Amino acid sequence: MRYVEEFRDPKAAKGVLGAIARVAGDIGATAQDSVRIMEICGGHTHAIFRYGLDRLVHEGIDFIHGPGCPVCVLPMSRVDECVEIAQRPGVIFTTFGDAMRVPGSQKSLGQAKADGADIRMVYSPLDALDLARRNPAREVVFFGLGFETTTPSTALTLQQAHRDGVGNFSVFCNHITVPPPIKALLDDPHMRLDGFVGPGHVSMVIGIHPYDFIARDYGKPIVVAGFEPLDLLQSVLMVLNQIRDGRAQVENQYARVVPEHGNPLSLAAMADVYEVRPSFEWRGLGEIDASGLRIRDAYRAWDAEEKFGIGYAVGRAPVREPDGCECGAVMTGRIKPTACPQFGRGCTPDTALGALMVSSEGACAAYWTYGGARATEAAQ
Amino acid sequence: MCLGIPGQIVEITDAPRQMAVAEVSGVRREVSLAPVAERPLTELLGEWVLIHVGFAMAVIDADEAAQTLIALHDLGEAQEALEAMAEGERAFADPASDGGDSA
Ligand code: SF4
Repeated sequence: MRYVEEFRDPKAAKGVLGAIARVAGDIGATAQDSVRIMEICGGHTHAIFRYGLDRLVHEGIDFIHGPGCPVCVLPMSRVDECVEIAQRPGVIFTTFGDAMRVPGSQKSLGQAKADGADIRMVYSPLDALDLARRNPAREVVFFGLGFETTTPSTALTLQQAHRDGVGNFSVFCNHITVPPPIKALLDDPHMRLDGFVGPGHVSMVIGIHPYDFIARDYGKPIVVAGFEPLDLLQSVLMVLNQIRDGRAQVENQYARVVPEHGNPLSLAAMADVYEVRPSFEWRGLGEIDASGLRIRDAYRAWDAEEKFGIGYAVGRAPVREPDGCECGAVMTGRIKPTACPQFGRGCTPDTALGALMVSSEGACAAYWTYGGARATEAAQ
Repeated sequence: MCLGIPGQIVEITDAPRQMAVAEVSGVRREVSLAPVAERPLTELLGEWVLIHVGFAMAVIDADEAAQTLIALHDLGEAQEALEAMAEGERAFADPASDGGDSA
């Protein structure tokens, strides 16, 4: 963790920390009876630990880590299907590097590559499309994953493939959307959440209105936040102010990047290429209604599920998680990573059982890397 | 993957395809301007944009770009993005020769 003195604007940070403490006091928040604020985005989880914000804020504030790390919520069966596609003859399988180490039930993509499959890390889906142009005799598949931040990139790439008639390119679509899992968490009777810090870059695409239901139907505050430490602290303060005033609203702390209505060109491309699946499986959360996207019929020729007869295209059975893993409970904020019996024992970054331990945005990896004393104590 | 990185648009390379070159922390990389192409592309020359996986997702001001870069460096995300771009270049090489340090 860092000290406030090292922040870019320590004076401002101290001011906000002081205000947080005052409002937390007004509300009567204590370590025993804390205000539970969920940061939805994995990038925020990473930043909170990197800067040690959870220890700088008033003790009555408890950060609950949400399901907003797309690699972490990827079910094992989907990783298995990636491996299956990648091992087909003639296929070049392309992926973001983040997905390489996610464990499948047999192996990860990294292991499949070591075993001889032609798997390549790309920076952009456009690189995968280029690869298809340059290798007309091969089938190039791009592993499309991520929330609304990355969904426009694969939608725009598919539109380009369609326009240029690149027939040896397809996308294995695993795009998911942020609002449905939040609704699932709010509907869970075992969950107590007092407010949310909303994702910045997802909101840059979708705007702030998809969160209206959180305030309107569930009476919880949500503040869309940037990912600098000061942004996060200000957002926490805005959530606390709402709680103290008895308000529940969608507020935008990151208005310098997030337009109220999002990015219209990205939204149009997404609507053209994708439609909502009836349901999609999330690791640790199970099937969630209307939470995933699939490729529309107009782009069917570029849908890897159709092309390779895999996944939801053929009806699929969920794969059981390994024994003793508490990934689901950690993912939904029911327990902290250190409460998982495998944490630091069977599961470390080198011997990861769950994706939460391999992604830089995963809560378990964050505890491992930045938890320091906390992690070691709990592992003993 | 989820955090964008700021870059400055330095050249329009393929106007019909809305492609441009952006300079990101001294590294040049081709990006798509499709998500920000509401205004004429030439007006985007010199502008700072937030780049996600090869797409300019938002136009930001220079001050915001500078502060975002500092935060990304702090988080180790800037290095990660630059490595991912370099990795993207290697994807075009034959797989037998790409070093395979993926595991
Ligand atoms: S420690 Fe490993 S097994 Fe336990 S919740 Fe985290 S990723 Fe899953």
